[in-house]
Amino acid sequence: MCLGIPGQIVAITDEPRMMALADVSGVRREVSVACVLDRPIGDLVGEWALIHVGFAMALIDADEAAKTLEALRDLGEAQEALEAMEEGAKALEADA
Amino acid sequence: MKYASEFRDPKAARAVLARIATVADQIGATREKPVHIMEICGGHTHAIFRYGLDKLVHEGVEFIHGPGCPVCVLPMARVDECVEIAKRPEVIFTTFGDAMRVPGTKKSLMQAKADGADIRMVYSPLDALELARRNPGREVVFFGLGFETTTPSTALAIQQAACESLSNFSVFCNHITVPEPIKALLDDPHMVLDGFIGPGHVSMVIGIHPYDFIAQDYGKPIVVAGFEPLDLLQSVLMVLEQIRDGRAEVENQYSRVVPEHGNPVSITAMADVYEKRPSFEWRGLGEIDASGLRIRAAYAAYDAEEKFGVGYAAGPRHVPEPEGCACGQVMTGRIKPTACPQFGKGCTPEMPLGALMVSSEGACAAYWQYGGARATEAAE
Ligand code: SF4
Repeated sequence: MCLGIPGQIVAITDEPRMMALADVSGVRREVSVACVLDRPIGDLVGEWALIHVGFAMALIDADEAAKTLEALRDLGEAQEALEAMEEGAKALEADA
Repeated sequence: MKYASEFRDPKAARAVLARIATVADQIGATREKPVHIMEICGGHTHAIFRYGLDKLVHEGVEFIHGPGCPVCVLPMARVDECVEIAKRPEVIFTTFGDAMRVPGTKKSLMQAKADGADIRMVYSPLDALELARRNPGREVVFFGLGFETTTPSTALAIQQAACESLSNFSVFCNHITVPEPIKALLDDPHMVLDGFIGPGHVSMVIGIHPYDFIAQDYGKPIVVAGFEPLDLLQSVLMVLEQIRDGRAEVENQYSRVVPEHGNPVSITAMADVYEKRPSFEWRGLGEIDASGLRIRAAYAAYDAEEKFGVGYAAGPRHVPEPEGCACGQVMTGRIKPTACPQFGKGCTPEMPLGALMVSSEGACAAYWQYGGARATEAAE
């Protein structure tokens, strides 16, 4: 829960709510970019961010993202984060 | 266990290890008289064991595992209160999966769910918000848990709920802060701590200056560190060099992610939504002044404690730890997990008695998984 996982911002989904779609190790998930909005929101597309419980918390470079992902995979944290994302999606589906 | 072969850059790791050894020798650190370095963050504890760093570094360096795992320090009474809220028929209780197995006095959230409570694991407070939007007839409660890394996300979710005037969303706020327990440990006359490894992702949010008091008031070095093995080794070296040079400073090893002054949006959101509680109970550590956050009166409509009249809103209460559990002593570095009478007997990851065995970031789970347990078994 405490470690962020790198994801790449691939699209803006809701500009007023500052929401974007991030690709985290092949899993796509909507995240808030409120904390890293230091430029026009559209310019975030293509950037890498450290994503923590659904929020992009810091922008990082691609090299750092790759290294961090590798470390998280070794620690088993990457898998945990991906499973948590899946659980989150399921929790929502239960009522859809 | 995987040793140096797994380092991304084994050559660099060996070079840092050699420098650690040199500086440790210069300080005169030995197995009998080691330098005690506390890694505050449970993520660091996990990484240290995963990569066997405790065995790779010079024998004069001893890691003390700090209280930096929010699941580990969650008091039983708070788990009981979660269950109490979750049991209400109108409530959908949402939580990070990490907290599901933490034992309460009667049950964990996992057991409460099996008994029929509508408890759902979410990845983000935003999932809880979405559930509230989709279920206007239900009360959606989010179990806000974690240090400063997680805290802003809950704050932003509350602000968003207020912005949309969602009336069926609230947060059971258990957010805690890193500096205060460190201060409590430093004030404890039984503790011997020579330096600290600071939690990188907390500092990504709050910056490095909230730790100034460690250097200035207590004269101890602290280095904010990343999570790769090399990050940790470099940080150990930086702490040792400060000790050797007679310096006590806050240094930032993880500057590629951690800005000196943190993340302004997060800091503003936290200040808007929360205020400090006079004191907050930590499992194993007891009440620590100003170490927990509660939701400000302006957002009382989103405070589950106010809404359901539980927790601190219902008055102070304390539940004693289970018989024979040594979580408190382990968490303050007084004993190693293997010295707890319950370790591997009444307490295993499958049947945890204490929270330090529940979370993969807990010291007891780390010992169990990466050596402690096997070492004990082999010895028996
Ligand atoms: S072994 Fe279990 S009871 Fe003992 S300190 Fe660790 S978590 Fe607590």
